[in-house]
Amino acid sequence: MGSENNILRVNNLQTSFFIDGGHEIKAVDGVTFDVPEGKTLGIVGESGSGKSITALSILKLIDSPGKIKGGEINLKGENLVDKTEKAMRKIRGNTISMIFQEPMTSLNPTYTVGQQIRESYKIHQGLGKRESTEKVIEMLKLVGIPSPEKRINQYPFELSGGMRQRVMIAMALACNPELLIADEPTTALDVTIQAQILELIKELQDELGMSVIMITHDLGVVAETCDFVAVMYCGKVVEYAEVKTLFKNPRHPYTVGLLKSLPRSDIDQLELIPIKGTVPSPDNMPEGCSFAPRCPFATELCHDHLPDLLEIGDGEQIRCWIYTDDWDGDPEVKVYEP
Amino acid sequence: MSLHAESTAVPREKVESPRVKSIKDFFRRFTKNKPAVIGFFVILFLVFLAITVSSFSRFDIIITPHDPSTVNLVDRFQGPSSEYWFGTDHMGRDIFSRIVHGMILTLGIGFVSVIMGGIIGVPLGIIAGFYGGKIDAIIMRFVDVLLAFPGILLALAIVSILGGSLINVTIAVAIYSVPGFARIVRGSTLATKKLEYIDAIRALGATDTRIIFLHVLPNVLSPIIVNATLYIATAILTAAGLSFLGLGAQPPAPEWGAMLNDGRNHLRDAGHIAFFPGLAILVVVLAFNIFGDGLRDALDPKMKN
Repeated sequence: MGSENNILRVNNLQTSFFIDGGHEIKAVDGVTFDVPEGKTLGIVGESGSGKSITALSILKLIDSPGKIKGGEINLKGENLVDKTEKAMRKIRGNTISMIFQEPMTSLNPTYTVGQQIRESYKIHQGLGKRESTEKVIEMLKLVGIPSPEKRINQYPFELSGGMRQRVMIAMALACNPELLIADEPTTALDVTIQAQILELIKELQDELGMSVIMITHDLGVVAETCDFVAVMYCGKVVEYAEVKTLFKNPRHPYTVGLLKSLPRSDIDQLELIPIKGTVPSPDNMPEGCSFAPRCPFATELCHDHLPDLLEIGDGEQIRCWIYTDDWDGDPEVKVYEP
Repeated sequence: MSLHAESTAVPREKVESPRVKSIKDFFRRFTKNKPAVIGFFVILFLVFLAITVSSFSRFDIIITPHDPSTVNLVDRFQGPSSEYWFGTDHMGRDIFSRIVHGMILTLGIGFVSVIMGGIIGVPLGIIAGFYGGKIDAIIMRFVDVLLAFPGILLALAIVSILGGSLINVTIAVAIYSVPGFARIVRGSTLATKKLEYIDAIRALGATDTRIIFLHVLPNVLSPIIVNATLYIATAILTAAGLSFLGLGAQPPAPEWGAMLNDGRNHLRDAGHIAFFPGLAILVVVLAFNIFGDGLRDALDPKMKN
């Protein structure tokens, strides 16, 4: 991709889990994407497509039996894959922060909100209770929590889901990270609160100038918040494009299928159009393109050989045989009619 | 931002320190459980009595005018009376004095052995649960070996090796309580480790030591406290059992298990010799059990409010 100011470049990341005496399950298999500075990258995909494992891999929080097998995670020119655990700890929460899916369980029930936000300051800036209290209150104000002086002494169980997610965001942003990874930050919240939290993340992004990786399975969230999108399927990025391009002119049959399956308000529609078939199980991956068994255009080539991630057009990437010279199916294949 | 529609605050007049509040909450929940409160006061009273009698001879003479180990063959096999509240045994020793003086032995063995067991068992359990893998396998197999022996048999074996004495009984009971601690703590650690807030705090860059001490330990503390309390009861029973078998306290120490054994030969004609030490064991063990149950309920975060 042309842009030189990428804060993060992930290149051919491979994360596998080794279970039952060495049996390998490839959760993330060759993921490549860039996160431009100050922009938001959306990672979409269904459950089990490797979104969250990608996020945890970036922070190197993969627990045994999982392992980052190869690839590069390039943060401002430094490859995180080679970093020691000690060096990673300095990066976590400081340069890269993460917020999690479940605000109900992502806060420690035995500590007050204030104590938990204070952790960030204690870990990275060595601040004591007195020095950090003011900062904690400021942080709570920033994430839109009313009367922070009172909230600071409350326990997580005294707060609603939306409030807790705000506290999570405050914890993550306490040390001014340059990159925020939000792993389905709104999945557990109801729709109105979802909109508020997304808006809050956007506002804070503008204010603090950070980049965001937004992991979600909700294309609506992507359309609203992201600048770039990486579509994941079975541990691989199948399409990477600017958000407008992706919605206007999706190229990969999987992306097309996803967009087609959304309910539309502009035409009369009796039924939704699903993508037929199911996701192959990770220990029984097809040899060729992992989407081939469900793809309406798949040929023998697709079933037998895995396509590479190709760069087409302006910064777009796609993993599909249709867009290569080797394509042996219908040359007229037009995958999307707007 | 017009984002504050979700305000949840319970209106509160003044902001209380969270520590004070949680302690108050705990007391409120605990005092609702009347039997547990009674158990607590029984324990408190017995501990107070044991310490008073063994440390202040002036009070000792008031509470127990008869010396617990003075043999008085003229007054042997006396039933309970105003002179000898619980009667006398086959050597004419005052049973009440012996029970009161035996209290410090019994409670001492209970507390010391459980604390020793906890000091060894809790770190083993946390390390096994937190790190998993080979470390877990090694620690837990060791614990399984200990657990494979029936408790009293294990204690018996240890005492036979070390020789019969009160200190050795304490050590034996401590070793015997290690597996329980390790397993319970490991289980709670496993459950806690999987929670998202541990991931969240790791994602903030916390070290393992920090996570273990500040975020895992407080969350496994309630099962530790509850089980320590319940284990004291078991420890007292085991120690009494060993003394009953003659492996613990040596005569003339007024250990309750040993006293029970003394009374065994005279059950038919002088049942009170065995009855009162047995009753004492029953009361103490029951008090610890009920208190432990109450603690468990009060410390359970699911029962908040």
